[in-house]
Amino acid sequence: MAKINIKIEGQPYQVEEGLTILEAARECGYEIPTLCNFNHGECSLASCRVCLVEATGARGLVASCVYPVAEGMEIKISSPKATKARRISVELLLSNHSFHCQQCDKNGHCELLHVAQMVGAREGKFFGEKTETFYDDVNPSIVRDTSKCILCGRCVNRCASIHGTGILGFERRGFKTFVSPAGNRGFDESPCLLCGQCVNVCPTGALMEKSEINKLDEAMAKGKFVVVQTAPAVRAALGEEFGLPVGTPVTGKMVAALRRLGFNRVYDTNFGADLTIMEEANELLSRIKNGGTLPMITSCSPGWVNYAEYFYPEVLDNLSSCKSPHQMQGAIIKSYFAKEKNLDPKDICVVSIMPCTAKKFEKERKEMEVDGNRDVDIVLTTRELARVIKRSGINFNKLPDEEFDQDIMGDYTGAGVIFGVTGGVMEAALRTAYKVLTGSERKPIEFTEVRGLAGVKEAEIDLGAAKIKVAVASGMKNASKLLDEIKAGTSPYTFIEIMCCPGGCINGGGQPYVKPMLMPNEENDIYETYRTKRANALYSEDERQKVRQSHNNPQIIELYEKYLGEPNSHRAHELLHTTYNKSREKYPVRK
Amino acid sequence: MGKLNKTAESHIIEIVERYKNEKTPLMLILSDIQNEYGYIPLEVQELVSAKTGIPVAEIYGVVTFYSYFSLKPKGKYVIGVCLGTACYVKGSQQIIDKFQELLKIKPGETSEDGLFTLDALRCIGACGIAPAVTINGKVYSKMTVDQVSKIVDSYKQEAQNV
Amino acid sequence: MFNSFEEFDKKSQHCVECINKKFNGEDGKRHILVCGGTGCLSSQSMDIIERFEKLIEEKQLQDKVTVNKVGCFGFCSQGPFVKIFPEDTLYRMVKVEDTDEIIEKDIIGGEIVERLLYIDPQTKEKVTKQDDITFYKKQVRIALHGCGAINPEKIEETLGVGSFKGLERALKMDRADVIKEILDSGLRGRGGGGFPTGRKWQFAYAQQADEKYVVCNGDEGDPGAFMDRSILEGNPIAVIEGMMIAGYAIGAQNGYFYVRAEYPIAVNRLRIAIKQAEELGLIGDNIMGTDFSFRVHLRLGAGAFVCGEETALLNSIEGQRGMPRPRPPFPAVKGLWGKPTIINNVETLATVPYILREGAQKFASYGTEKSKGTKVFALGGKVNNVGLVEVPMGTTLRELIYDIGGGIPNGKKFKAIQTGGPSGGCLTVDDLDTEIDYDNLIASGSMMGSGGAIVMDEDNCMVDVAKFYMEFICDESCGKCSPCRIGTKRMLEILTKITEGKGTMQDLDDLQELAEAVKANSLCGLGQTAANPIVSTMSKFKDEYIAHIVDKKCPAHVCKNLMEYVIDKEKCIGCGMCARNCPVSTISRTDYIAPGHKLASMEIDPSKCIKCGMCQSVCKFGAVSKR
Repeated sequence: MAKINIKIEGQPYQVEEGLTILEAARECGYEIPTLCNFNHGECSLASCRVCLVEATGARGLVASCVYPVAEGMEIKISSPKATKARRISVELLLSNHSFHCQQCDKNGHCELLHVAQMVGAREGKFFGEKTETFYDDVNPSIVRDTSKCILCGRCVNRCASIHGTGILGFERRGFKTFVSPAGNRGFDESPCLLCGQCVNVCPTGALMEKSEINKLDEAMAKGKFVVVQTAPAVRAALGEEFGLPVGTPVTGKMVAALRRLGFNRVYDTNFGADLTIMEEANELLSRIKNGGTLPMITSCSPGWVNYAEYFYPEVLDNLSSCKSPHQMQGAIIKSYFAKEKNLDPKDICVVSIMPCTAKKFEKERKEMEVDGNRDVDIVLTTRELARVIKRSGINFNKLPDEEFDQDIMGDYTGAGVIFGVTGGVMEAALRTAYKVLTGSERKPIEFTEVRGLAGVKEAEIDLGAAKIKVAVASGMKNASKLLDEIKAGTSPYTFIEIMCCPGGCINGGGQPYVKPMLMPNEENDIYETYRTKRANALYSEDERQKVRQSHNNPQIIELYEKYLGEPNSHRAHELLHTTYNKSREKYPVRK
Repeated sequence: MGKLNKTAESHIIEIVERYKNEKTPLMLILSDIQNEYGYIPLEVQELVSAKTGIPVAEIYGVVTFYSYFSLKPKGKYVIGVCLGTACYVKGSQQIIDKFQELLKIKPGETSEDGLFTLDALRCIGACGIAPAVTINGKVYSKMTVDQVSKIVDSYKQEAQNV
Repeated sequence: MFNSFEEFDKKSQHCVECINKKFNGEDGKRHILVCGGTGCLSSQSMDIIERFEKLIEEKQLQDKVTVNKVGCFGFCSQGPFVKIFPEDTLYRMVKVEDTDEIIEKDIIGGEIVERLLYIDPQTKEKVTKQDDITFYKKQVRIALHGCGAINPEKIEETLGVGSFKGLERALKMDRADVIKEILDSGLRGRGGGGFPTGRKWQFAYAQQADEKYVVCNGDEGDPGAFMDRSILEGNPIAVIEGMMIAGYAIGAQNGYFYVRAEYPIAVNRLRIAIKQAEELGLIGDNIMGTDFSFRVHLRLGAGAFVCGEETALLNSIEGQRGMPRPRPPFPAVKGLWGKPTIINNVETLATVPYILREGAQKFASYGTEKSKGTKVFALGGKVNNVGLVEVPMGTTLRELIYDIGGGIPNGKKFKAIQTGGPSGGCLTVDDLDTEIDYDNLIASGSMMGSGGAIVMDEDNCMVDVAKFYMEFICDESCGKCSPCRIGTKRMLEILTKITEGKGTMQDLDDLQELAEAVKANSLCGLGQTAANPIVSTMSKFKDEYIAHIVDKKCPAHVCKNLMEYVIDKEKCIGCGMCARNCPVSTISRTDYIAPGHKLASMEIDPSKCIKCGMCQSVCKFGAVSKR
């Protein structure tokens, strides 16, 4: 791209042609406040009118988020006219906003509050009637509170653009407009995946995860034996909540914090991931051998499972019957662990720290219990964990690094760690499948063909005895291409990994918010790089692990020897496998 | 979607098919459904969604955006009071107030007996005969407040006689 | 199908001869024209037509007389109209029962039915011919060409008044020259903004694209305006022809009409016109044997004023909520389905054929220096002659209101005229001699708009009028951008406060600040102009605002909280009519009997009065008044 000359506040700059004023200004070191614009115009309705500036060649003020720079353009951000305009835009938004900032869980990450401070909004300048509001917290995952919505449209765009499901839309018009699923129904009455991607992009507290911190408090108060397990992706992002640079792995500090929070055991869901690989890799090989339904598709992403049930019931037989890692681990904690430790499963409370809001729903599925014991009792998102840590007064950054509890299920492998990133489950499964098929370990250990953040990846993998075609997709719009092939009977693949959130769990709907405006210490391109940075945190932990293949996890081997027998054994099936709902109603009517 | 009967379902599908050669035909489809059924309930939108691939939320957003589309069936008699400027300056606000008072409904609502729907209309272009009121398409010209109750009574009478 | 210009000329020539014979009587027949515009149709003009047809059949006059449903005559307050050719006799306010007399006396007897003639309010003389009525005298019909004369459902009639001759000439010209012709004519967009039409076309012409579109904006939503509807009802082919000329000029092969669903008659006639033109091969492939092919599509609006905004309109055609898009990119670069698109309003396109047919020079001979040609106005409100008028630019407001409009009814005083609808402003007595053109109206604090012109008299409260428009905008705001969505609501709330007598002087400052912000910050034209009625009434009628706030009085006695009904005890004869009709029984008898009356006078208890005005409307003695 050619460079052009512009001036901002009288200072000359050279910027790339084709940028918007907002982007150009950011390159030149200016932060223009904005609300509806998201990630370099990925979504930009130009509707909040908070980024107005003066620019030569334009009639009146322009919305810098959509207006392109031009050669010789002179931009004034802090002219009295522009400053005043931005302030009134924000003041008007505030006049129709719910003022519960102190109690709002978005506080600290609220872009509206930040922008209000930036523009110097005057207290109570405008007031009057507020738009009729709606509150939906019926589903286990996401709370929608339209009293905090500013109609930026990011969630609407997000849902439609990455999943194609378009659950959220604008309803009514004018002052009465609000955002909701069709007919203002609850998420539980719509084919919503509960993935929480809408929550991640919401600038205010209008969309939030449904907190289960109160359930944790209750379990602790009742004196339950509380076992916590943390998903791989959590360690790659939790530090962001405490101001650490994006991509800082904080496994040791996270464990130390959990221990100080009073959990009786602190485990890593990676153990469950290793277990999943044992089951899933063997399931795959048995399907190949016995002419089972292929391609087999992974099943550890609950958002993806929701999607399959709602939109592609025809492919449910292709899904691996494996439960997701934390559910497997929960089932093992309440059976094997309880037996070993002489505990009544009823006295155990399993808490999963997940990067995910759909996991909150997953744990409630009726299939997720064995002998009347729920596999998992509580799911907290990464963000909720951060809130619990902050609440406890723990100074996270000053914690020592500690190790997970080592008894029974403390070991984990590098294969489990990379579950948190798109392609990771595939790679972990291939490592084990190779061993099962050839009897030897593959060199190099890594299957780099399935790495990277592309929406759809495909590769041909040499498993020694056989070559198989595999594909990896994240984001349901990407996945639907692979699923349509399966439906049409033209799918060339043997094994497919599908993750609901783009990039996999590192970018889950329960992960810390990435809001460039609120991250002054990160680079301007942080929104392009944060997923890679988080992924690298996981790949580097994989590299550091002495054991990097699930089948080599000594405690997994012990578990099979002492309790489960073989992978896919009868007991394994009882505890670790599940079924899917082929006739899930898209629009159930709430009773 | 269980609520739609087979006839309605196949007819809605027929309407969708009507415009299969048109680009972005959503408005055309919805207009036809509105014209033929008088309203576009959610079940119908779900069917249109299934046939067109447009998410229901988007269709619902379109239906609730345009005042011509209705989610609920309208009354037997649809009373439209023009509140265009020409009618307004000639006192149409008092006319609609009177209708509201007599029918105990607000503009956009339907009376409990399902007899009357009251709509506030934007200019219907009958400025020459302002203030204008339309009832099921019949235009009443140069309306006055004291005509309102007579008109309402006559329709109530008519409904009783049927 | 016409495979050459010559073939078309032959047909056109034939139609012109037919029409001429019809109007000058050479065909030896009499022709009854009945107005089929929305206004007259609502006054049973269809019944009139049917009755005429029946009578003609009964009297076996079929060979001698024809009945024609034509487009709007424009003079709506005097409708329904019946016109007899070749004599050009105009009957007004015709009722179904008058048809017999017209047939007997005029058609058969050859005598004029005097009682149905228009009476000039000034001279009190009866006027026989349309052109002699002052309402029509100052008008020049370019956009309304053919309206009220031809049957819009017969394409031969519109060919008879020269339709497609403009397209024919365009097709013989280079595309760039067609645009130059439009530029030379000085035509500016009639939808409101007044952007030079030729420049718009140039932008789209300059784009390289595999597909381009012409869109006709027929989403006339301005309350009190019905220019576009009347044109579409009166001569839809003219608009189609304009669209096709535009299509040829910019290189488009498809045109889309976007018309309000609330205009069923216009939509129906447009459908008929498209079909007839297709049948004649005037729409389709290789028009008149050239390599120009064009298709016309029809899409309906569904009740959203904002869709008059061009980008919102495009979204609506694309099956979306009618929410405007940010600009740039402009539609001429990236419009309908991402392709270069020009959007012209109905009146603009209806004017285009004239320019091509008669030449830019002739068009430019009308109007002022910067605003050429004519403009159609929907004159309404407190004016004697309500209707549709087309006048040359440069006509003064005084001519419009007093000569054409016949002044204010009931001897009331003129207060203001609102042009530009909810986006415009009001003009006062001081502006009466302003020559109407785009720039003058803006300089006077209003705008041309699409042509709504609502006259207000001393009985209209300007704060209430501002509130009316703000209510409208608030209702019609799409809700996308926050200044318009919330700002208009806040302004409405302040105005409501003021009209309820609860306003403070601080409210005026807040109103001013909000008005400026909504204008500067909003995304589209609707929001950017939303505050205009407030700004204009606040600058021109500040005293009325202050009266509401400080004196707690509504000078025009409109705002209910700030006025009361009183009974003049001297005028009251004590009949008790008011008390019997009072819905809240707030009127009682006093002890006072006025001199000359037998019964004691009545009085209203202001504490219980709901100000419905019933007492005033039933009092035959003018004893009830507002204070």
